[in-house]
Amino acid sequence: MMRRFALIAVPYLWLLLLFLVPFVIVLKISLSDTALAIPPYTPTLDWAEGLGSFFSQLDFENFIWLTQDDLYWRAYLSSLVIALVSTALTLMIGYPMAYGMARAPEEWRPTLMMLVILPFWTSFLIRVYAWMGILSNEGFLNQFLLWIGVIDTPLTILNTNTAVYIGIVYTYLPFMILPIYAALDRMDGSLIEAAEDLGCSRLSAFWLVTVPLSRNGIIAGCFLVFIPALGEFVIPSLLGGSGTLMIGKVLWEEFFSNRDWPVASAVAVVLLLILVVPIVLFQRNQQKQSEAET
Amino acid sequence: MILRTVTLTAVLALGASALMAEEVRVYNWSDYIDEELLTKFEAETGIDLIYDVFDSNEVLETKMLAGGSGYDVVVPSGTFLQRQIAAGAFQKLDPEKLPNLANMWNVVSERTEQYDPENAYSINYMWGTTGIGVNIGKVRELLGDDAPVNSLELVFNPANMEKLSECGVHFLDAPAELIPMALKYLGEDPDSHDPDVIKRAEEVFAPVRPYIQKFHSSEYVNALANGDICVAVGWSGDILQSRDRAAEADNGVEIEYHAATEGAQMWFDQMAIPVDAPNPDAAHVFLNFIMDAENMAAASNYVYYANGNKASQDFLIEDVIGDPAIYPDEATLSNLFTTTPYPAKVQRVVTRLWTKIKSGT
Repeated sequence: MMRRFALIAVPYLWLLLLFLVPFVIVLKISLSDTALAIPPYTPTLDWAEGLGSFFSQLDFENFIWLTQDDLYWRAYLSSLVIALVSTALTLMIGYPMAYGMARAPEEWRPTLMMLVILPFWTSFLIRVYAWMGILSNEGFLNQFLLWIGVIDTPLTILNTNTAVYIGIVYTYLPFMILPIYAALDRMDGSLIEAAEDLGCSRLSAFWLVTVPLSRNGIIAGCFLVFIPALGEFVIPSLLGGSGTLMIGKVLWEEFFSNRDWPVASAVAVVLLLILVVPIVLFQRNQQKQSEAET
Repeated sequence: MILRTVTLTAVLALGASALMAEEVRVYNWSDYIDEELLTKFEAETGIDLIYDVFDSNEVLETKMLAGGSGYDVVVPSGTFLQRQIAAGAFQKLDPEKLPNLANMWNVVSERTEQYDPENAYSINYMWGTTGIGVNIGKVRELLGDDAPVNSLELVFNPANMEKLSECGVHFLDAPAELIPMALKYLGEDPDSHDPDVIKRAEEVFAPVRPYIQKFHSSEYVNALANGDICVAVGWSGDILQSRDRAAEADNGVEIEYHAATEGAQMWFDQMAIPVDAPNPDAAHVFLNFIMDAENMAAASNYVYYANGNKASQDFLIEDVIGDPAIYPDEATLSNLFTTTPYPAKVQRVVTRLWTKIKSGT
């Protein structure tokens, strides 16, 4: 009994320490006002004055503020579009790669797996900087295209949204491949044989058997790509132009340029809500399905 | 044997930690000191110096306001310093420990009192102006021999900018300096805190925005020297460093710096000690070392910025003290303006406006 309790307690403790406590701190700051002090917001919890005065000073004006300037919803919307498109692109590129890995001869698989993981051995920042060198006007890509004669003038890719997509897809591709590969690897190959024996073409066997069986891998991969891509800051600030509007960048400016921690926190809270709502809906859906099946 | 090794290690560790106690952590702007001075400081004082760099006042301020930065000496600019003093981020200097204060130059210290009354919390490190760097050959080629290189007309008149966009123009990504500059061009008070006046800056930027290649606060130093761009709105010493890099490379690029005749912004970078500095005594030793006439002169001779140290002027090379772009004459000096920090509400208007100017939304 104790052991079971401890086993359940560990993940909840983890959730409490690493998610709930930071979230409550951010939520608290989002309900306060800026101040010229260390730290730069009020109210701070002062036990001498009691909880009453602490709560009475909290207000929602920072959230109202977010609705008054179109910058915020445009930034959220543009981040959503960028994250959705990059997730779709990553899936389109990642699925065939995972499929190929799962179908490859047994002895090749560790090597292929290694090749997917290998980029992690270099710092993420250095890999993004390398893309700057590849995509710039005098970069490798343009020089190569000029050399083979496909283009006459260099393409402007760096400092545009295209570069942001390339950066995100490249960076998050392993997070898409690994869960899909895990799902496909576990799949029982005889199911395909059975489908084919029963008159399915290879293509329809793929759509009717393989894809549904790897659905959990696809969903996990999409979440692993979509969630960090939505709040991405480094890739758009290095590869994107000044026209690339993303919520991570807006958050940075609230925090650093405006020194407005409360509004920055409000932006972060809303971002979290945008992420949590689809996750909760998805889990509900999963639960209903599993209940319907049993 | 093993036991002896362990004891020896323990003794060494103890010795090391005793030495470690004397260390000073300095957080300064990038490319802003002659690194030989850092070695000299360690040799003279026996204090370990840990030297980190930053490239924006905003990053420094966030560290200061979050508290517990762990630095003993930091270098904010005037307006940022003033706000951070108000927030209680710094401790008062102890003049007893700073005999070299006698070296300071009243022309500068009278001006920095605007930010730090009685200079109680800070000493001046360097000061300079914000102006225009031009690749004189290319600009004359595009705009003719009478190109207005010392006027804001060069960078704010769309007709000039359209031609200059052929060879590339960079602007600083620093709203607190670019917006006053645009207001000056309009004939408004550059230090205005009235949101309606500040918003007029957009009238200046909108027509020239398509011709500005990039807003960035450090890339222009190399880009100008390499000939990748031909005009940069930037900081005086940075553009002069770029001039020297071009001269060293001998690549046919000739750079000039001009403070605009309409009036240019003058700024001050001040050294201060955070209120929670781990080692304020060592911090005072460092400040006193920097205020030494020869040391301060060595720093200025290296980075091409003027300093606030009268005694150091005897040791400055002619290239620095004799250059009116670094040490302006009386007439230019009277034409320079300073600004004061924006209150939080106005700062929001400024940041929002700057986002709009840069990204069009």
